[in-house]
Parts: sequence; C-alpha cells; structure tokens
Amino acid sequence: MQHKEPTPTEIQEQKVYREMGLTDEEYEKVLEIMGRKPNYTEIGIFSVMWSEHCSYKNSKPVLRKFPTKGPRVLQGPGEGAGIVDIGDNQAVVFKMESHNHPSAIEPYQGAATGVGGIIRDVFSMGARPIAMLNSLRFGELDNAKTKYLFENVVSGIAGYGNCIGIPTVGGEVMFDPSYEGNPLVNAMCVGLINHDEIQKGVAKGIGNPVIYVGASTGRDGIHGATFASEELSEESEAKRPAVQVGDPFMEKLLLEATLELIRSGYVVGIQDMGAAGLTSSSSEMASKAGNGIELDLDMVPQRETGMTPYEMMLSESQERMLVVVKQGTEEEVYKIFEKWGLHAVVIGRVTDDDQLRLLHKGEVVAEIPVDKLAEDAPVYHKPSAVPAYYEQFAGLDTTEIEETKDYADTLLKLLSSPTIASKEWVYNQYDYMVRTNTAVMPGSDAAVLAIRGTRKALAMTTDCNARYVYLDPYQGGAIAVAEAARNVVCSGALPLAITDNLNFGSPEKPEIFWQIEQAAEGISEACRQLEAPVIGGNVSLYNETNGVAIYPTPTIGMVGLIEDMDHITTQDFKAEGDHILLLGETKAEIGGSEYQKLVLGRIEGRPPQINLEKEKAIQATVLKAIREGLVKSAHDLAEGGLAVALAESCIDGNVGAEIQLDTELRADLTLFSESQSRILLSVAPDHVEKVKGLASEAGVTIAELGKVTGENLVIRLNNSEIINQPLSTLKAAWKDAIPCLMT
Amino acid sequence: MNFAVIVFPGSNCDVDMYKAVEDCLGQPVDYVWYTQTDLSKYDVILIPGGFSYGDYLRTGAMASLAPAMESVKKAAAEGKLVLGVCNGFQILTEAGLLPGALRRNQSLKFHCKYVDLKVESNSTPFTLDYQEGEMIKIPIAHGEGNYYCDPETLKKLQENNQIVFRYEGLNPNGSIDEIAGIINEQGNVLGMMPHPERAVHEWLGSEDGKRMFTSILKYWRERNGAA
Repeated sequence: MQHKEPTPTEIQEQKVYREMGLTDEEYEKVLEIMGRKPNYTEIGIFSVMWSEHCSYKNSKPVLRKFPTKGPRVLQGPGEGAGIVDIGDNQAVVFKMESHNHPSAIEPYQGAATGVGGIIRDVFSMGARPIAMLNSLRFGELDNAKTKYLFENVVSGIAGYGNCIGIPTVGGEVMFDPSYEGNPLVNAMCVGLINHDEIQKGVAKGIGNPVIYVGASTGRDGIHGATFASEELSEESEAKRPAVQVGDPFMEKLLLEATLELIRSGYVVGIQDMGAAGLTSSSSEMASKAGNGIELDLDMVPQRETGMTPYEMMLSESQERMLVVVKQGTEEEVYKIFEKWGLHAVVIGRVTDDDQLRLLHKGEVVAEIPVDKLAEDAPVYHKPSAVPAYYEQFAGLDTTEIEETKDYADTLLKLLSSPTIASKEWVYNQYDYMVRTNTAVMPGSDAAVLAIRGTRKALAMTTDCNARYVYLDPYQGGAIAVAEAARNVVCSGALPLAITDNLNFGSPEKPEIFWQIEQAAEGISEACRQLEAPVIGGNVSLYNETNGVAIYPTPTIGMVGLIEDMDHITTQDFKAEGDHILLLGETKAEIGGSEYQKLVLGRIEGRPPQINLEKEKAIQATVLKAIREGLVKSAHDLAEGGLAVALAESCIDGNVGAEIQLDTELRADLTLFSESQSRILLSVAPDHVEKVKGLASEAGVTIAELGKVTGENLVIRLNNSEIINQPLSTLKAAWKDAIPCLMT
Repeated sequence: MNFAVIVFPGSNCDVDMYKAVEDCLGQPVDYVWYTQTDLSKYDVILIPGGFSYGDYLRTGAMASLAPAMESVKKAAAEGKLVLGVCNGFQILTEAGLLPGALRRNQSLKFHCKYVDLKVESNSTPFTLDYQEGEMIKIPIAHGEGNYYCDPETLKKLQENNQIVFRYEGLNPNGSIDEIAGIINEQGNVLGMMPHPERAVHEWLGSEDGKRMFTSILKYWRERNGAA
C-alpha cells in the first residue's frame, strides 16, 4: 500500500488525474480555482467531488426541470432527504438511492451498504426511520450468475435491515436480460419527524467544533463514488476493494445515539459520511453555511496504521457521521455517544476563511476554496439524439402477432413469470413487521404503516416499468409516476410526493442522453398533473456492461397519506357475492407488455399511452369511493393486464370470481393488454350504484365485470368461456415460480 | 403491576414489547438499560427480540453476560415472571435459564411470516387465557430459531409439560419436536421464537398474542389483587 504519491508536477505531466476520472478540461478548471498545481490529496478530493455521483454534472440540466415545490414540501432536493408535511406538526422524510455498481461485483455487501447509506441519509435529518423499500432489477433467472446476484442482494438487504430493526415493507423486483451484467439495487428509506426537529447539514458558527462519530476510517471504498460513475467491464472485478463492508449493529447504535443527540439541542449541523466520505460531508457542510472548515486528520479514528491524508479523505468506510455542535457542549455530546458505546472525537473547527484546510502531522496538506469545490463542478449539456430503434418502432403494429388461443395456459405462464410471480421468497427474508406499525404487508399495491398516536397512516411504493421507458422514455417516465400514484391511491392514500432514482446508461452516448431527457420530461409532467412534486433522489449513470446499456429505469418512490386507518384498502377480494368493477378503458396496447415478451421473446413498438387527465380523474374517483367506505378491495392493473390482476385478487383473497367481458377487442388483448389508468375494485352489492355514480360524475369509464364467488376464476368473453381455472392451480403457478427457480 | 423491557445494544423489538404492554394492559412499563442491576421494582421482566450486539459471535451470547442479566437470574430465582421472545429466548438459553439452544434455521434463511401455533399448555402464567390445544396465529421473524436439545432434556420437557407452544403444519425452522416455546421447570420463565407482542391488533394481522399479556396480568392479580 505504501507507495510514493506523485508530486503536483507529476500529476500534471503524467495526467494522473485521468485515472481518478477527471478530464483534461476539468484539471484545467482545478488549476484555475487553486491558482497552483494541486497535490495528490487535493486532486483526489476534486475528483470525487466532481464525479457524477457527487456533482450530478451530467444530469443537473435535466434535474432542474423537475417540479420540486408544493404546499406540503418542507425540504426539497439538496439535503440528505426530502421532507413533506403530514399535519399535526409531523412530517415524512424519504429518499431513494442506488448501489448498483457495488452490488454488481459484491452483491451482499453492495446491497447491505446501500441500505445502510440511505438509512443514514434519513436519520441525519433528525427523523426516525420507519420503513425501507427496495427496487431491484436482475437478468433472467436462467443462469447461475444471476441467481447468485439475486440471492445475495436479497440476503444483503435482509442482513442489514433486519439487524438494524427497520422493517423492509415493500418494493419491486423485475427480471430482464438487459440487467444481466448490471443489476439495479435502489433502496428507499422513509422516516417520521416533528417539524421542530428537522436538521440540516450545515457547518455554522465560526469556531464550533466538528465531531467525528461512528466507525473508524479504513482503506475501504476509496474512490467508490468515482467507481460508481463509470461503466462496468471485465476489469470491474478488480475494483472489489472499492466496495465497503457494512456493520448494521454499529449503525443501530449510531442511529439511536444520533436521535438522542438531536433531541439534546446541542447540534448545529449534521451529515452522513456517504459517498466520498469525509470529503463530501465536510466540504458540503461548510459550503452550505458559507464558511470554511479545518480538519486535523491525526484526530480521525483510523482502523489501519499509516493511512495517508488522501486515503482518509477518500475512504468510504461505512457508519460514520460528521456533526457540528455548539462550542462548549463537547463533553455532554461525548457522554451521549459513550452511552451507546460509540467513539466521538473533535477533529476540527468551523472557520471563517472559506477554505477546506487539512492538517496532518502538523503540516497543512490540503487547502481548497470549499465553495468552489462543492458548487463549481462543471455542468455538461450533453448532446442528445433520437435512437434508431425508436424511429423504427414508430409504425409497428404490435397487435400483428399470432394470437395464442390457450388463454388459461397463457395466464398461468404469465403468473409464473418471475416479474409477475409472488415475491414471497424475497420478502419473507425481510423482517417487515418490526416496530409493529405495518398495517399492510408486502404483496399488495403499496405497503401501509400506521402512525402511532394518530388515525393516520402512510402508504408507500416503488415503481418503474423500464420496458415502457425503453420503448418511449417520455410515456414510460410519466407512467412510472402514474403507476406509483395509482398504487398509493388503491391503498386509500393521497399521493404526497416522490423521490426518484434515475438509472441509465452512459450519458456520453447521445441516444442515452435523449432517454434521460425524455424520461425526465415525462416524470415532470406526471408530477405536475398528479400534484406530487419531486423532493429528492439520486442519479445512477454508466449502467452498462461492456458497452451495452440497461433499459432506462427511472424508479419512482412515492409516499401517500391515509387520513384515517379505516381507509386502508388492499387488493385481495374479501367476500363472496361482492361485485367486481373495472374503472378505465382497455385498448389494444401490448407494446412492452409481459404478453408481448412471452409470445415474441422480445419487446417492440410503442408502449401503452397515458392520458394524465384521465389518470387523475380515475385516481380521484377511487380515493373518494374508498373514503366514503364503498370499496372492499382495489387493485391497480399493471404487468399482465386484467387477467393477472383478477388472478392476484383471487389468490390473495383465497376466493374465486366469475367474470363476463363484453367487448369487440380480441380476447388476448382484452385479457393481457397493459393499458394504463385502470383499477379493479370489489364492492358490496348495495354500493355498486354509488360507485358507478361517482365514476360517471367524474367522467370515468366503469364496467361491471362479475362477482366474487366459488373456488375458480372463470372468465367468459362475449358469452363463451375462455378461462376456467381452480384457485389452487393459479396459486401454484404464481407462488411456486421463484422458489422453484432458486432451488 | 410493573413491567421491565430490558434493552441491550442492538435490541430492536423493545418498542414492540413496550407498546404491547401499553395497548393490551395499560400497566406501567419501563425500558431498562442493560447496565442497570436493580430490577427489584419490577414484577415481570420482558426480554425483547432483535439483534443484541448485532448477533455477532453467537445469537444471545454477549447479552447473556450483560450486567442486567445477573438481576434477571435473581428475579427468576425469586419466582418473578420472565418472558424472552426471539432474541430474548436465545439470551435465556445462553444464560442457562432455559435448556437447549437455538440453531440456524434449516433453510439457512431468515423467515418472517405468520405461523400457526398450538397452545400445548394453558397452565402456565403466560397462557391462562388460552385453551389447551387451541390454534393461534402469531408471526415469526428469525434466522436462528431451530430449537435443539439433547434427548434426555427433550424427554424431561415432554414429561414435565414444559413445551408450551408447538408449530402446527409446516415447521418453519426445523426445531426438534416442532418446539416453538418452552418454560422452565419452576414455570416462571418462558422462552419462545414467535412474537406474541406483534400480534396485538387486528390491523397488524392478528390479535392472538394479546392473551399472553392478559394471562400475565390475570396470574398476577390472582396473587396480588388488583394491579
């Protein structure tokens, strides 16, 4: 490990900065800011702060389009997590973040530390984390490597989340060959806070001490942020040391100690040492406060001997926090951490000279204008170009496929496709009940958590159908938001806001940049229409393996507010004799659908189209019906269309249904089309007219499909029976699929 | 009637236990930090689930040596009620208050789900309000709940009616004789892997765990009058 660091001149002449991910132009900009040649520590600091992961240099122009304001938004993007008011002096805090690249090469620790990182983002705001969700993408489960990744990512999430004692209540898992070399692991954390307890990452108050708390700093994760900002290749395996190792027990102590510290009133500012560790936390806190910061690196707790300033500043060792406290409270602060068995130590002071100054063994080893470091990262407006495939698909008639006549067989195949199949194998490994607030467990449209001491509850979900986004990024982006909102509404909640995790390929490619731009436009439009602003998020670019990009996957995490626990609604059919209603219109839309994938083995054409006004009307209607107590079950129609939604409501409710469909549409399209803005309800017989009335008032198409009854799912189309399957057969196909593939 | 919920570093079902006492009984309940050695004011000691000391080394091993555990042993010897759930059960076996050990689940995976339990004995202070042979729905959430003991111990447990709960149907962890919970010979220390404190409201999925708490109160009232 001990090799001589290159001198400032060598860095310039041998272009050492390139290995750190900086371009020649960026190095020139550093020279300009510094007014001299930076040394090895300094250029290292610039390289991580100016990585895409920390600076959003490629995505900023796109992110600026997002609507981020709303009457309930207390904190938008820019802090650890966004915050939304939920009344009674309470607020919900949430954010989603990716850990894709680490998980690709070290799935257990990659996923585990992804969970740990997002939890720190939430409790560093002062919030008590109450739930976790995960949005995962893998290749097809037909090879040992993908199974290994799937198995270990799930294990890593379980290992960390279960141990720290925050319930993992929901999310999604989808499988598609496009993720084979580059799985996606997006973790979302939701927390609760009182308005007066909100903390920010600011280094205010000249002379205030800067306290380091938590795990010691080791050589793990050096350049993790840079690694996350480049494509995966065969050489990536060699970067396994850039993956950190998680210690959930340490984080549990850190969580409790931090919340206790915040309640003490000694804290001025606090920030997690996440990506780019000590570098980003110290410089961002100083920059936000308009101050400088001076750190004595000899005081930093070190796990290994002989660590250099470069290594300490770039380490991404986990479970560490940086806290600025009021001068004179140091001893009291130490006491709180000691109670939790944690090491806390003053490593520096807030200064008035706007510099990030590092001391090591009595010498100044780095001095950087902190505001320029944190705020003046270059911003690139990348060229964008419409991809050839998008043009080719323009005129394609997706309905020109040979109709599979065995509808029951098709339904069973869809139910057992891993993307649609029950995810019990996954969520049974997660403790989704700890802290006993979980009112709706994983497996329904959204998870629901009760808020103790109130009648309120929070619904939460993550959604993104990346096939739609690939086929039409604008539509797909809008659909991801609309589907998340629909899921939240089906649970009885009003959508509040979203966090997004933009997973894309390399922005250097104009076709990929076009996907990013278009998806962001679609997301923005849907957020505006559905009144759910973006309060934070994360960008993960360069998701490519050997030059091939993943499907563009802008995952949406949404939280909604249920005003009264009595409004909590789930997707399972409740009682025989209830009527089944379908809101919305079914059209011949199978581009990007599971059905198309099943029949053709590929996706093509245009995805389902969304009309956001209609979407809004249908959501408002369902929420109103739920609040008036008219709805027994509600289920969003998604992958696999109407037939799959009916089967899921039957399986979960352990009861059959008899359905009569009158339509001029072809049978397979009626059953498996993935038209948007559709919701399946079951209601008691004497409420049917009221629900129909609400729908017609709002101009929403509504059809009565049949009744909840018996032990079979029977579907008749224009009076001829096309599906008649016992519940047990449907259940076996749906429940056994993933366990069978994983044994 | 005073309840103590012992909190070790890494305990995470302490909140669940505390809320269950509040919601089911409305009796006074305190969180008691693991360093506290005086438990004399408490009538019932609850050792919650979670990951004390991160489950590092071996589940329950480090917590069993914490200062508070000496007092728990003393309280148990005095005949006070001690209930250990999940990690609490593991701690009680490590501390020697209950026989046997909890090994990794046969599947080698963590399992969180509702299971069916059979109440094998309603003559314990913890199960008075259940019927003998009654089926109840209580969740499990553990990676190491595979109860094991040697054949002689098992025989003794069976003969003394010390097996209080058995898994009905599919055994979720491979435990010997389908054991989900056992009580000590004196009948005042119960350890179980399933979480009764998580099944105390219909909206949580079941309220079959409620009667464990009402049983405790009933038992205490029979001896001490109104709480």
